Amino acid sequence: MSAWPVLSWLVFFPLVACLLLPFIRGEKAVRVFTLLAGLVECALAWPLFAFDLADKGYQFVEKVPWVPAWGLNYYLGLDGISLLMVLLTVLLLPLCVLCSWTYIGKRIKEFHFCLLLMTAACVGVFVSLDFVLFYVFWEAMLVPMFLLIAVWGGPERRYASLKFFLYTLAGSTLLLVAMVAFYKAGGTFSIPELTGKTYGFNFQYWTFLAMAIAFAIKVPMFPFHTWLPAAHVEAPTAGSVLLASVLLKMGAYGFLRFCLPLTPLASQYFAPMMIAISIASILYGGFVALGQRDMKKLIAYSSVAHMGFVTMGIFIFSLRGLEGALMVMLNHGITTGALFMLVGAIYERSHSREIAENLGLGKFLPAYMFFFGLFALSSLGFPGTNSFVGEILVLIGVFAYEPWVGAAIIPGVMLGAAYMLRLGQKLAWGEPPKAQGWRDLNSREWVYFLPLAALVLYIGLAPGLTLRAMDPTLGRVLTEFRAGLARLEPNPSSAPALLAQNPQINRAALSAGPASAGVPDKE
Amino acid sequence: MPSLGLLLPELFQTLLTGVLFVQALARPRQADQPPGPAAATAWVPWAAALGVAVALWSLPARGLILWQAYQLDGLSQFFKLAVAVGLFLVTLNAQRPAGVRDDQRADYFMFIALSSLGLMLLASAVELITVYLALEISSYSLYALIPLRGKEGKAAEAGIKYILFGAVATALALYGLALVLAAQNTSYLAGLGQRPWSWGAAPLGVVGISLFLAGFFYKLALFPFHFWAPDVYDGTGNQTAAFVATMPKLGAVVVLVRIGALLGPASEVTALLAVLGALSMTFGNLAALVQQDLKRLLGYSSVAHAGYIMVGLVACSAQGLAAASFYSLVYLLMNLTAFWVICRLAEDGRNLVLDDLNGLYQRAPFLAFVLAVAAFALVGLPPTAGFMGKLFLLTSAWGRGHDWLVVVAALNTAISIYYYLNLVRHAYTREAEAAPGAAPVGGLVWGGVLAAVLLILGALPAPVFQWAEAAGLQLAR
Repeated sequence: MSAWPVLSWLVFFPLVACLLLPFIRGEKAVRVFTLLAGLVECALAWPLFAFDLADKGYQFVEKVPWVPAWGLNYYLGLDGISLLMVLLTVLLLPLCVLCSWTYIGKRIKEFHFCLLLMTAACVGVFVSLDFVLFYVFWEAMLVPMFLLIAVWGGPERRYASLKFFLYTLAGSTLLLVAMVAFYKAGGTFSIPELTGKTYGFNFQYWTFLAMAIAFAIKVPMFPFHTWLPAAHVEAPTAGSVLLASVLLKMGAYGFLRFCLPLTPLASQYFAPMMIAISIASILYGGFVALGQRDMKKLIAYSSVAHMGFVTMGIFIFSLRGLEGALMVMLNHGITTGALFMLVGAIYERSHSREIAENLGLGKFLPAYMFFFGLFALSSLGFPGTNSFVGEILVLIGVFAYEPWVGAAIIPGVMLGAAYMLRLGQKLAWGEPPKAQGWRDLNSREWVYFLPLAALVLYIGLAPGLTLRAMDPTLGRVLTEFRAGLARLEPNPSSAPALLAQNPQINRAALSAGPASAGVPDKE
Repeated sequence: MPSLGLLLPELFQTLLTGVLFVQALARPRQADQPPGPAAATAWVPWAAALGVAVALWSLPARGLILWQAYQLDGLSQFFKLAVAVGLFLVTLNAQRPAGVRDDQRADYFMFIALSSLGLMLLASAVELITVYLALEISSYSLYALIPLRGKEGKAAEAGIKYILFGAVATALALYGLALVLAAQNTSYLAGLGQRPWSWGAAPLGVVGISLFLAGFFYKLALFPFHFWAPDVYDGTGNQTAAFVATMPKLGAVVVLVRIGALLGPASEVTALLAVLGALSMTFGNLAALVQQDLKRLLGYSSVAHAGYIMVGLVACSAQGLAAASFYSLVYLLMNLTAFWVICRLAEDGRNLVLDDLNGLYQRAPFLAFVLAVAAFALVGLPPTAGFMGKLFLLTSAWGRGHDWLVVVAALNTAISIYYYLNLVRHAYTREAEAAPGAAPVGGLVWGGVLAAVLLILGALPAPVFQWAEAAGLQLAR
């Protein structure tokens, strides 16, 4: 534990900035102030680079009693999974301020207030090690996001924001019940302590379902995805970026942090279903994206497909799969965030997100098309870009798990190429060109695309450091998962009895179980 | 002779009532004369604030006095503090209650103070007849308050409904009291705690206590005793509704907590409480979904909240009782915050509908923020106090034989989001049809204080919760 409470600073600095914001006068001053706050937040994240890559446990831990009567602690910590997510979140804040510089023209102060609040809550979600604290941040993030969509959104913003709020909050009410049940079963709200305990199959069954609904809505997985396109299309650029890059990751993060270690047996039991839903998400998202005329909608549906890769990687329970899932999470955050910023940039010129209104940009906006091409290639998983690393890892994991499942998602990869290339082609060479007289990217826009482009190439060409940061933690998650399975299996009264009674469990256990999985681990 | 020092909050409250009574006597004979000293009531909130200090000071008071009928313990002192805080906020809110003539203002405050005195007595009463008397003291003044809003038909309807329902509920309670007395041969709660409370052992006692509780279900507006709530909120003045919606519930909760401690988690009465709680929250939330009038909406929301409080009561554990006490305090605060905004927006005393909130954000950004905090607290969304209250309730009830109730409560949260969120949506996302009128300026500071209290209590509930916990620990057996 370091003396400098770096995680508390990361969570609370944006809140402090929020409280100062009402005293700033003038639009420009507000933007500059928030930008500075974002840069300071990035600087505050600097101590995180002291992260010990070999340590698989939690680092930078802070633990203070919060409500002693209920055993609540203010308990923060960081491992390889949350490290990457926190860095991504923190990096996005200044970029979001920059990409809203001219896009947001009303209620400037409140907009930046919401942005800062969002950042604080998102960082909080990723660093909380207390279940209740996690839930507090998880829900606290809904209100600023709701306002971002409802106040600064497009014409259908009222509908979209309501749908977003109802969907996500309704899903997480059952998460609250699961949390309470875990407290009664495990005697604590602390996530690391809960992980070491054994829960009966029935308990795992119901808590897994309660948690999985909350997380599946957030991811979003196929039948629960309908809030996403509406929210994305209506949200302002910065809102879309945060939604795609950070919020969607929270669902997958929940699966990794809670479902696998806490309910291993139920995770395994439901794995075939989750895999089937993931395949459906990948194919459905791809096909629907193919038919979109609205750029934002297209990218939103592509998000559904990409997140399908993430859940697929998680629920095959191998190190390759988990690595791939986390990589896709990170890369989707970078690439899709950038794509939404690109759409926002062109919207400021054409005032339309329709593909047909933005044809033939290549000749007039070469710099814009350069970035668009780069991020589009990254989105479809072109070798050399970041998404390739994630997708190939997931594919390796899936083929090792079950070749026909791998074969089923290959069309999803091709669909990705189809819809992104179609979009890129129309934007670059579409006839008749609409872009006469539009100016190319200005220096502000260069500033916020460059870091993301650099990350695309860096992770794409040299993923080693990122993988080394996540590997020990993912190894730990897998160990916990398998230990959880093993703890239940020798017990004659619980799992084997259930397995004997229920042939479906038996099959799932045989095909994905640790003893017979046959999935080669790393090295 | 008990030491009077133990009774400081009650004595202070009596003094306040007496002073207001004398002031009310100074009213001029004819209505057309200037109101004179009877209208000078600006001092009342500050006196009530002093009452808060007194209640805080006597928080550690302990004792069993007045022939074992009047107990001073953690629970009673916690609720006396809550009543004092509530009275302070209500009087602050009702500085110029619309619909009350200037020369009636001293009477108005006198009734409120008298009712609060009854609630304080209720907090300490541990003998059924004392409980009953305290209940009546707190109710009678409300019968006079509710029809005060001039000569409107709605106000009369509200008054009549409240009195008739109240009379029936009181009669039921009295009948139940008689049955309990007949079956268990004592009216002291301490003695009743020694008796069996199962249907097999004491059928008459179970019927009696259920009927007795009905009187408090009426106060709490628990389904199926809730029918008065929306109409009364609707018909009475905004400021009076703020009082009726919050304070009497405290009295009901304290008695329910005391009686809940008598009954084990397995008793039939507890099961009845659980079922009524589930029905109450479901019905209240579903009915609130379609309301347009803000006060009716809050009326049905209070029916739902009465159901949530039952979740803590059926746990019958120290934690559960503490959680119910804590939640009732939080409920008081968040409802008063919501009413605060309503009263500021309708200085002329009219009833607001949802569309009146349109564009509130532009007219009065600060009030809109306060309203949003209140609405999200009522949903139970972190980081507000409403979330912490709900978390404690659910946690305490899990594993105590009523797990299904916890799930129902959680699902009800999902239902209730819609109408609470509607308040925020109207305030933030709709444009006002009318030109931005005069923004209400008064009372912004206190609205901000209320919102801040809700947020702080949500982030750091431990200091306040430990009082409630001390109360619960000593009650549960």
